Amino acid sequence: MSAISKGALILGFAFLYAPIAVLVVYSFNASALVTVWGGFSTRWYGVLLSDGPLMAAALVSLRVALASALIATVMGTLAALALTRSGRFPGRALFTGLVHAPMVMPEVIAGLALLLLFVGLGLDRGIATIVIAHATLATGFVAVVVGARLKGLDPSLEEAARDLGAGPVRVFLTVTLPLAAPALTAGFLLAFTLSLDDLVVASFVSGPGATTLPMRLYSQIRLGVNPEINAASTLLIGVVTVVALTASRLMGRDARPGQGA
Amino acid sequence: MTPRPRLLRLLPVLPFLWLGAFFLLPVLITLKISLSEPATAQPPYLPVLDWSTGPQGWAHFLEALDFANYETLANDSLYRDAALSSLSLAAVATLILALVGTPIAHAMARAPAKVQPVLVALVIVPFWTSFLIRIYAWIAILKPEGLLSAGLMRLGLVDRPLEILGTQAAVLVGLTYAYLPFLVLPLYAVMAKADPRLREAAADLGASPTRVFWTVTLPLARHGLVAGALLCFIPMVGEFIVPDLLGGSDTLMLGRVLWSEFFSNRDWPLASAVAILLLVIVVGPIVVFREAETRRGEAAR
Repeated sequence: MSAISKGALILGFAFLYAPIAVLVVYSFNASALVTVWGGFSTRWYGVLLSDGPLMAAALVSLRVALASALIATVMGTLAALALTRSGRFPGRALFTGLVHAPMVMPEVIAGLALLLLFVGLGLDRGIATIVIAHATLATGFVAVVVGARLKGLDPSLEEAARDLGAGPVRVFLTVTLPLAAPALTAGFLLAFTLSLDDLVVASFVSGPGATTLPMRLYSQIRLGVNPEINAASTLLIGVVTVVALTASRLMGRDARPGQGA
Repeated sequence: MTPRPRLLRLLPVLPFLWLGAFFLLPVLITLKISLSEPATAQPPYLPVLDWSTGPQGWAHFLEALDFANYETLANDSLYRDAALSSLSLAAVATLILALVGTPIAHAMARAPAKVQPVLVALVIVPFWTSFLIRIYAWIAILKPEGLLSAGLMRLGLVDRPLEILGTQAAVLVGLTYAYLPFLVLPLYAVMAKADPRLREAAADLGASPTRVFWTVTLPLARHGLVAGALLCFIPMVGEFIVPDLLGGSDTLMLGRVLWSEFFSNRDWPLASAVAILLLVIVVGPIVVFREAETRRGEAAR
């Protein structure tokens, strides 16, 4: 590797990680001033744990993330199977578009559009509407992750099972599903973190009493930087990093040459 | 090939219904409401489409559609400026991302094979980490009494605090930071799979490393670069969090305008018109992106 390449990597990763490092370090700051170091302390974590509304919001976020990731995993897996196994079916082009478009759609559009639907249907806004919204937006991501795995599977395995007399349901349950399991888990984790992270869509579709963690953090951030948010952020970063590393290991296991990324 | 079992034909039904109901239908409703009479009240908005009235009733509905919201968008300079500044900020940020991201992706692709998965994981982790929190982290760095000013003043490079937070520069820093992984990952994926013999051949024929990069490496990776650039550009045009937290009150972007029309002014029909305008702006890039992705898939094989 050339010196230029090494320099690019060092500068690039410093840029990516320095702000996160600052956040983590200052969450252990004894001083209430975010930019003045007052010695090491875990007091802000204590403040955090006794912050009722914040803890309630974290609980709402976890419930929403769990439920929406489950729905997205089912829908995304069905969509991936349809795109790789069903061949041609009526509306396939529209279907492909519907699976992929939510991934690049600006969040403000998706949020407003879903809200207008829920209002039109007369649905009470709350946890359920956030779950529906997050499941819809994450389905495409699950479909991409699971689809890459399904495309990489050796078709002769499923054919062999069929030749030996297994019905389609049995082939799916005993051959396809176990082989695709790591991708399903990775897709679930991706959907889970996307939900845990979303501020914009949740703000549009939530109602009174359903405040997610990002919504709570956002309203505090608007009031200014404060060390308690740093502590909350540090915990969240820790959780998400573990989930992300697990998922990327699972996805990495899928990646055969030419199928990755 | 064996005939496809009936069951396989049923696979798309459930996700098709779900995405139709919760993605396609909402966008159509937004389009309809954007053509309603301007009103700062709750629905129903006029005109109301009654399916039971038959073709004549539908024709009345079509006649009653109101373009007043779009006239407001076209005539009020606020919206024109917001659209233009969304596009220009996203374009400038994409250019910065290409300049910053290409050397990183290139260096990753040239790193020893054993190190590459680690480097990829290091790029992915910030991308999974909360977007809101990563932008929040920059507030403490960029504000006048923040770490950047304090550091530069201690080094004697500046003599008074920098006013970066609340400017377009801060928005560009935030956009570059938040979207860097989206540019680096697709570009790296293509660069890592390029045939090394092509570069070796160019080098054997006497090309300098710089010339090899510009005439062989980069042209081979162009689909990755285009895909990555659009993957950043499209969501950046509609970005809300970055201009809201790092920009000033004068930083107009469509995502932010839509948000304030909706939450502060409670003008849902106008917010819907802004959403449709934003959608029209990003549809073209989305089509090009799908094209580039298909080619990138082929190039990466």
